[in-house]
Amino acid sequence: MRIDADREDELSNRLRQVGELSLAELDALLDDGRFALQTGSLVSRIQASLPDVVRSIHVLYAHHPCLIDPDFADFHVQVGQPRNLRRWFRRQAEFLIDGERPFEPLPRDQAPAFLEWGLNWSIAASCHQWLTVHAASLERNGGAVILPAPPGSGKSTLCAALALRGWRLLSDELSLIDPGATRAHALARPINLKNASIDLIRDFAPDSVWGPVTYDTAKGRVTHLRPPADSVDRMQESAQPRWIVFPRYAAGAEPLLVPRGKAGTFIHFAQNSFNYSPLGRTGFETAGRLVSQCDCYDFTYSRLEDALEVFDWLADGGRVTDDDA
Amino acid sequence: MSGRQLIDAIRHPQSLRELSLKRWDSLLRVARRANLIGRLAGGVRQAGFFDELPVQVQMHLNSAEVLTTHQRVAIEWETRHLAKAFESLDAPVVLLKGAAYACAGLVAANGRLFGDVDILVPRAELTRTEAALMLQGWASGHNDAYDERYYRQWMHEIPPMTHRGRGTVVDLHHNILPLTARSSPDAGRLLAASQPLPGSRFRVLCPADMVIHSATHLFHESELQNGLRDLFDLDALLGEFSAKSAGFWEELVARARTLGLELPLYLACRYAVALLGTEIPRPTLETLEKASGLGALSVRWLDAVYLRALMPDHPLSSDGAMALARLAVYLRGHYLRMPFALLTAHLSRKLFMRLFRNTSRAT
Repeated sequence: MRIDADREDELSNRLRQVGELSLAELDALLDDGRFALQTGSLVSRIQASLPDVVRSIHVLYAHHPCLIDPDFADFHVQVGQPRNLRRWFRRQAEFLIDGERPFEPLPRDQAPAFLEWGLNWSIAASCHQWLTVHAASLERNGGAVILPAPPGSGKSTLCAALALRGWRLLSDELSLIDPGATRAHALARPINLKNASIDLIRDFAPDSVWGPVTYDTAKGRVTHLRPPADSVDRMQESAQPRWIVFPRYAAGAEPLLVPRGKAGTFIHFAQNSFNYSPLGRTGFETAGRLVSQCDCYDFTYSRLEDALEVFDWLADGGRVTDDDA
Repeated sequence: MSGRQLIDAIRHPQSLRELSLKRWDSLLRVARRANLIGRLAGGVRQAGFFDELPVQVQMHLNSAEVLTTHQRVAIEWETRHLAKAFESLDAPVVLLKGAAYACAGLVAANGRLFGDVDILVPRAELTRTEAALMLQGWASGHNDAYDERYYRQWMHEIPPMTHRGRGTVVDLHHNILPLTARSSPDAGRLLAASQPLPGSRFRVLCPADMVIHSATHLFHESELQNGLRDLFDLDALLGEFSAKSAGFWEELVARARTLGLELPLYLACRYAVALLGTEIPRPTLETLEKASGLGALSVRWLDAVYLRALMPDHPLSSDGAMALARLAVYLRGHYLRMPFALLTAHLSRKLFMRLFRNTSRAT
């Protein structure tokens, strides 16, 4: 589709939301590589022609600001099909950043998810103004909770439930901690959910909005949940981390919040930050300040409603100390 | 954004004070691709207007500095582990390229990103050196029998060894060019002229050899992703060594003759002058040109190839002619590396394996 001159003029003159563009307009802009998405303080210019990728961006980023032909973008990425001999017998999708391919191609139907993973990688690989931690983060009453956890612990499930019930989503995969003020910064990007978690959150919030589902990835069945509009509107606001909670889903378990040692928590952050080592002393000091300013807990749960109650209690000033045990 | 503009930006950072955000966007992308963003950041920092730049630009330059600083520390740390691995070994061990520049504190190391650690040992000591590394946790990845033969029989290095804990990689060399290469020098001479690194168990090549090695490496490469970066290395080495020693240029030319590597040294000097404006005395260039044995036609052909292929391979700075030049470098690199029959067999095998193996690597 071509965009006519009047509309072109209207489009290029101000920052707008992705949702204000029609699918056809977004398609044309992505195809020409003129579209750029703002997530937090970062701008990613995207070139994509695959219809499922275009639809996925249109749905998942509907509330996000976007720019047309911006002067500057932090990342210039492409998702498409590789142009090689193999395309004739196996369809694939590839992710390119500045024309370079940091990963091997994936099966074609994983293209929409590939864009999300590729953007995560781009941030982790080149944004050293923050300590980037593999953890979710959300804010309530001005305080941020950080949910680090190994895959399969239910971190994203809990993150989705909290984001859908009054907690402001900062980030699902990458928590960004600035070394100066030790504050958590927001990206407000879609939440990645897998397998049974998808059905759980669909039941939990029937009117939630989702991207396309991809089957048979290395992680199983995956899809992304659109972040709430309020989280996106406020994505330029950082928050002071107050809690670090390691969630663990255990079938049938009663909710249990147990204080956790700061030394062990620190070690976890050191090992699960993408740039702890490149940041050197700054990384050490930032992780140290972060852990010392937060209440640290292990949290076991089986029902999302229980978890919400416990987190809201924390947000209202609740604390568990070792003496309570 | 052309490669030319990246070169100018690195050589004259003052010109960046007024650069528009739009041009910064292109400059950062091309610099990152050429692996020169660290050098760019260092230049801007020294020029003294870092804090006046747009915040987005500061962020990217700052991140580049974080990485270069980290890699500098990491490579020095890695050589300490290597020194420990070599405690029981009395063979001379020479650090090459990045590791040498960093540990010798040379200007060429500033703002540079480092890859693997390259070391050179006498061929007779290869087995013992490899064993010493294995005892401390380094091991070659799984290579098939062909890869093993490719390295062991034809190359100037053994398969890269990765440390199982830190994931760092050592390339263990016994020469600076493949054994099958047309101009493979006598590695014994390089080792004999190498110099001890004060306070360390390692040695580095003597200044002239360091330049000749860097030049030889660059002009035998079949892929030039780091070509411009390597040319900047040469520019820094030549500048620093010639400032330190009055007789450096004569020594350099004489040494290239002894090693039979006048051609790559001439090409390095020619393109450093042409692209970076490196200051090299005219008599040095003339002597090298004569010794290189190149005819006018060859020079024109090489210019057509290298002036393009050394430019950053980024969509913004690249065109069809550059892609063709890169193909020419690829073929030239392989041609210099191996006799024709061996090369044909090797490349055919590579192509075959690429097409029909690893089709399901993604999952």
